[in-house]
Amino acid sequence: MTTPQAATDYATDIVKNACRQYNNDASRMMDILWCVQDALGGIDTDAMTVIAQQTSGYRVEVEGVVSFYSFFSSQPRPQVVRIYLCEDVIDQHAGIAEVAAVFERTLGIRIGQTSADIPVELHWTPCIGLSDQAPAALINFRPFTRLTPDKAEALARAILAGIAVHELPIGEGEGNNSKPLINVEVANNLRLPGAVYFAPHRPLSGLDNAGRLSPAQVRHEIRQAGLRGRGGAGYPVWKKWEAAATTASERRFVICNADEGEPGTFKDRLLLTEKADLLFEGMTIAAYAVGASEGILYLRAEYRYLHAWLNHLLLERRRQGLLGKAIRGMENFDFDIRIQLGAGAYICGEESALISSCEGRRGEPKTKPPFPAQAGYLGYPTVVNNVETLCAIPAILSRGSQWFAGLGTEQSSGTKLLSVSGDCSRPGVYEVPLGISVKEVLTLAGGVDAQAVQVGGASGEMIGVADFGRSLCFEDLPTAGAIMIFNGQRNLLSIVHYFMRFFVDESCGYCTPCRVGNVFLLQAVEKIMKGLGEAQDIESMRQLSETIIATSRCGLGHTSPNPVLSSLKHFPLVYSSLIRENAKGMQAGFDLEQALATARAIVRRPAEVLQCEVRLQPADAHASDRLTGVLAYPLIARSGLDDYTVPKVDSTDDPSAHQEDAES
Amino acid sequence: MSTTFTIHVDGAAIPARPGQTIMEACDAAGLYIPRLCDVEGLAPQGSCRVCTVRDNGRCVSACTQPAMPEAVIEHDTESMNRYRRDLVTMLLHEGNHLCPGCEASGRCELQAMAYRLGITDSNRLPYLQPVRPLDASHPLWVLDTNRCIFCSRCIRASREQDGKNVFEYVGRGIHKRLAVNGNHLADTSAQEGDHAMSDGICPVGCIIRKGEGFSTPIGQRRFDKHLIGEEIENKSGRSDLSTEEAQ
Ligand SMILES: Cc1cc2nc3c(=O)[nH]c(=O)nc-3n(C[C@H](O)[C@H](O)[C@H](O)COP(=O)(O)O)c2cc1C
Ligand code: SF4
Ligand code: SF4
Ligand code: SF4
Repeated sequence: MTTPQAATDYATDIVKNACRQYNNDASRMMDILWCVQDALGGIDTDAMTVIAQQTSGYRVEVEGVVSFYSFFSSQPRPQVVRIYLCEDVIDQHAGIAEVAAVFERTLGIRIGQTSADIPVELHWTPCIGLSDQAPAALINFRPFTRLTPDKAEALARAILAGIAVHELPIGEGEGNNSKPLINVEVANNLRLPGAVYFAPHRPLSGLDNAGRLSPAQVRHEIRQAGLRGRGGAGYPVWKKWEAAATTASERRFVICNADEGEPGTFKDRLLLTEKADLLFEGMTIAAYAVGASEGILYLRAEYRYLHAWLNHLLLERRRQGLLGKAIRGMENFDFDIRIQLGAGAYICGEESALISSCEGRRGEPKTKPPFPAQAGYLGYPTVVNNVETLCAIPAILSRGSQWFAGLGTEQSSGTKLLSVSGDCSRPGVYEVPLGISVKEVLTLAGGVDAQAVQVGGASGEMIGVADFGRSLCFEDLPTAGAIMIFNGQRNLLSIVHYFMRFFVDESCGYCTPCRVGNVFLLQAVEKIMKGLGEAQDIESMRQLSETIIATSRCGLGHTSPNPVLSSLKHFPLVYSSLIRENAKGMQAGFDLEQALATARAIVRRPAEVLQCEVRLQPADAHASDRLTGVLAYPLIARSGLDDYTVPKVDSTDDPSAHQEDAES
Repeated sequence: MSTTFTIHVDGAAIPARPGQTIMEACDAAGLYIPRLCDVEGLAPQGSCRVCTVRDNGRCVSACTQPAMPEAVIEHDTESMNRYRRDLVTMLLHEGNHLCPGCEASGRCELQAMAYRLGITDSNRLPYLQPVRPLDASHPLWVLDTNRCIFCSRCIRASREQDGKNVFEYVGRGIHKRLAVNGNHLADTSAQEGDHAMSDGICPVGCIIRKGEGFSTPIGQRRFDKHLIGEEIENKSGRSDLSTEEAQ
């Protein structure tokens, strides 16, 4: 038996060791928190106090970081098994609700609730980058794919029987996924290799060619190639590199953005699994071109299962002199890479928020200017590029900028990786020349009965059949590569609703329009889904969207109304069929029963309102509530908005009581 | 070395210096751009977005955006003012703002901004009605974060001027809330004389001083006498602005 004091001392030692491992450096807060959570199952206020002492900070700052990221828990639970079910629309269409129900029933716990009886937790999480093999889940960050109710039951029983997560039965993984250091049942699903990423590449031929050029000449090559960023924005790569290279500084950084958080995107997963050496070669060339000696790979926690593998490859490269001092014999060229693990926050894909996270802070975007290339990580010039962008670099240096510029279109050179998912027979990754039409992609993927295609994930555009002739490129439909296909059976409004909820959940909360405006937009969608919408609601949704887009501080808010605006534009009937005319001069949108219900609940159950405490854990969001979209009571009460509490109405109430209320 | 240049705000030529933000240049010229999170003496952060202007066609927060030579800026127009009204309305609906019972009424910048921008009509937006516990633990102040507009002024004042970290945010998105460095305010090092706790830091009624509530009679409260922003407009007076047509 350990005494409580001994347990406390033990925990304190763990926390102190974690801090010491990172030199008590507050900028390594993410690593410290992961280290503590891995050992103790969570980070409570006692641990936060110790971390603050060790890193010369304040407890509330540590709490600010812990509470920002959805994979950090404030409840220490050693040996806990945490199951994260992917709630994305693609997984919903693939049957995650049934899978969730089986997990709940077999484990005897509810999603979002913790039970003291068994050390297992069930949670929802947004897209985990496995839409091509949905429905999927992470169990202690190990992915399980193509779930069925039977498979879920077998997994749940094995977990209850105490089988360790790394020993749970899995199907065979494809390619490197079956390597002992990865060992997951993930499929690569590379459906179409193309000219750049999946063409044969002689290792180091790009780096060696770069070494024969001056850094300025390398930047010139990239400029000639016309390479634009693959992370979504399509910013010319050379411009960013030029700015970082020409900003006077003692240190510079190259960061690879492997956050891949856009729902429906998973092509970086494939590159990280099969082409990591290409990526590291690209990062090394980038470092040479801008004069950086330090690199960071920001890996989303959902891809943590690749962490050991990637670390192993980095070690190998160090051993071979491809990282470290005087790389490939080039004097004055030192470069090394560390991996920074994220912890569940879509906003950390935004480059300046990613930098905040690397610095051990809340993942909030930074004020621009200055731009990261001028003053980024720890204030030094920093280049942030997407995985795919960096993987194109070695090929360009190896085969020449002319060759690359000849692929694709005038303003969008090269090939692009597409992540295709949803209602099609061949979901997976396609490498295609930029400029390909949506129709061609549908043909390749077997999306024969597509009614709508979401191009570019939640923040992209939902288009209909009339627009399938448009092309995927920066001039027409720009995209980071997500193509989600929906057939005629799908309810488009509930897809829009899900995407808006995603943005509400993922807004960092820094600025007013995105933090608050998106909640209102979501509520407006819910109102229409419930059949309470009026014609004026459409106009006010447009206005609200315009304000959010115009006044938000970063790209999340600049794009979050897109699901609403693009569906209004391309599928107006979806809305108008649910809009009610004002009958008998009554305001259609006003639900008298609902308005009274809230008041009744307050009058009859004052205690519930007054005693409401702020809870750190998300409130109970039952599986079906969260997925069906249409709600019995307002969003706020349901989606776990802990401190916004709308009293629920007890449906078992005696109806005659309402009569009394009305009379009194 | 600082050579001045000109920016053009709604057609008026405003002098600016390198390193100045759009807001600083406008303030110096007596041209008030509405704002809630920015306050004299603290580093600007651009979070409320009420100071949004269109700078050469692109919407930016005037408090953080550097003024650039010959920039053409749209500020006091129907579309900018609609954005501002939307933003202030969002803040009024996000928290619990029942002004008649609020101690800050009359000196509250949110309330004053609503008046200045003419937010008088009802609108279609719902109320979120937070229910966060009051923190009355400290002998000197009550903390009611149900009215918090997330301006960070208390956080920045504590950090930048008091050299402490009494406040910080926890959570994210709409779940974000103001927290203190301890279980309650009384556990923190907040004390008499802290800039963070002083009048004029919290723009609304979150940090309320105990024992002297409602002391200023109606009619003599800060914004009973003038509109918010008039102190800037009166500093150098808008009359000395030359419009370009006049030149
Ligand atoms: C909300 C948000 C999320 C983003 N997520 C990602 C991401 O997951 N991966 C990525 O490469 N870029 C993402 N970006 C774009 C990055 O900010 C940045 O433009 C990109 O990493 C630059 O690399 P590139 O020029 O090579 O595309 C995101 C942007 C925003 C606004
Ligand atoms: S738009 Fe504002 S609230 Fe939304 S993620 Fe960006 S900075 Fe955060
Ligand atoms: S904080 Fe300001 S706006 Fe809110 S209730 Fe008080 S006076 Fe009114
Ligand atoms: S408590 Fe007041 S000063 Fe602090 S963030 Fe909230 S509104 Fe701003």
